[in-house]
Amino acid sequence: MATAISVEHLNYAYPGVDNTPGVAVFADLNLTVEEGSFVAILGSNGCGKSTLAKHFNSILLPSGGKVYVCGMDTANDDLLIKIRRNVGMVFQNPDNQIVANVVEEDVAFGPENLGIASPEIRKRVDNALKQVGMYEFRAHAPHLLSGGQKQRIAIAGIIAMEPKCIVLDEPTAMLDPKGRREVMDTVLKLNREKGITVVLITHHMDEAAQAQRVVVLHKGDVAADGTPKEVFSQVELLHRIGLAAPETVELCYELRQNGLHLPLDRLDIEECAQALYAEVKA
Amino acid sequence: MAPILEIKNLTHTYSAGTPFEHKALDSVSFSVERGEFIGIIGHTGSGKSTLMQHMNGLLKPTSGNVILDGVDIWQDKKTTRQARFRVGLVFQYPEYQLFEETVYKDIAFGPKNMGLKPDEVDRRVREAASFVNLTEAQLKVSPFDLSGGQKRRVAIAGVIAMEPEILILDEPTAGLDPVSREEILENIQSYRRAKNATIMMVSHSMNDVARLTERLLVMNGSRLAMDGTPDEVFTRAQELLDMGLDIPEVTRVFLRLRELGLPVDPVYSIDQAVAVLKKLKEGTAHA
Repeated sequence: MATAISVEHLNYAYPGVDNTPGVAVFADLNLTVEEGSFVAILGSNGCGKSTLAKHFNSILLPSGGKVYVCGMDTANDDLLIKIRRNVGMVFQNPDNQIVANVVEEDVAFGPENLGIASPEIRKRVDNALKQVGMYEFRAHAPHLLSGGQKQRIAIAGIIAMEPKCIVLDEPTAMLDPKGRREVMDTVLKLNREKGITVVLITHHMDEAAQAQRVVVLHKGDVAADGTPKEVFSQVELLHRIGLAAPETVELCYELRQNGLHLPLDRLDIEECAQALYAEVKA
Repeated sequence: MAPILEIKNLTHTYSAGTPFEHKALDSVSFSVERGEFIGIIGHTGSGKSTLMQHMNGLLKPTSGNVILDGVDIWQDKKTTRQARFRVGLVFQYPEYQLFEETVYKDIAFGPKNMGLKPDEVDRRVREAASFVNLTEAQLKVSPFDLSGGQKRRVAIAGVIAMEPEILILDEPTAGLDPVSREEILENIQSYRRAKNATIMMVSHSMNDVARLTERLLVMNGSRLAMDGTPDEVFTRAQELLDMGLDIPEVTRVFLRLRELGLPVDPVYSIDQAVAVLKKLKEGTAHA
């Protein structure tokens, strides 16, 4: 399978202010993301998640090492537009990402900037809004929509640019449970049906559990990397670095400490209930 | 003892008389005792934020009353102004409201506005900083040089420095990692203990509210749908799900276990779940 994003020996430090030393984030980070995959990135605040995301479309450039996106070196200035077209970013606060007064105009902003012909823009905007389930809101004013709806508009704006890869930096952090579900369902659908590579940065373990692969960052390095089941069963490691496993796993872990025999890879309610039922009845 | 806060038949209609007219609160009534820790839950648009903004007079009721310590806060201008200091409001993502050059000045902004003497302002800034674990050195730096979790704590300290009798927080832990979340919740608890303050916390994290609070208010469709202890509220788990609320995963696991035929009552924390299942397992082992 082809590689969508490749991080090689990444070294990065935020520059210091007034001759003070900078803040080192990555010393030697290596990571590849396969095309068409859905990767969740977890880590406590300050571990470098957002800094890494900003390397994926040339918002930040490596101090050392390389970041390649669809084979393109992010440090190559000539490729900047092409890179940004291939990797769309969605941030935490929906209100900071909406620029127009009408939903469809907002979605059209990206493709317009790419210099695409009007009829094609019309087609892309309609398609993008349909994909995120916001087509009937196309003539609405964005500020009257809910957080989940606004975030889906932001995602539509990215899809309209037809990127190969979408990077979402805590897209659900400011949303309520319903908004979170709407956004997660949209992201999963784009990945499955359109084959778009998704990198999802999140603090919600239940969201990460829906990815194909979970990467845990700690102090600028990869602390764990594998399927959700592989990563979340490392409960003690997660605790050590200030994270938690999904509740179902935490419950099984605590019961194991109390002498019960339970697996640590039960990520959904049904699996967990079945395992508990079997153990209690045993 | 008389309640510290009474909400009586509170109704609020936005944009009355326009096509956008919307009743955000509909005859909401409850009263709050001094020192209580109350969780407020409800989906977006259920009226939580509108309710919060009435408690210190940011919004005026369309009808009904907000009575603080026996006095209607809209009785006269002075009372309304006093309510703004006695009831502290911490909004969502309060760190976006930081603006001063140093952490110290930012925390001092509220108490200064209250017209306190410089000594008193200084005492309050230091005390508030200590409640949220900010060090002496951090008081001197620009708030914009701090991490997200630290900024959040500075913003909370700015409200605590006004020493409100009632502290109301809208999703104080949103967007933070588990360790930072825990720290902020600890900070809130320590303020409550030290000042016998009343805390009301709006949260989407059912886990946090269930674990920390003694009483939950559930808002749904502009009305107060439930008012009870976490035990009472979570026993009605199915109704909560129907309202579009998230209930803790352990609660859902237990609902499923009950369907499977295990004699368990709903729980909402891992500790409770462990205790119940351990007992159940021992029971079958001895049977």
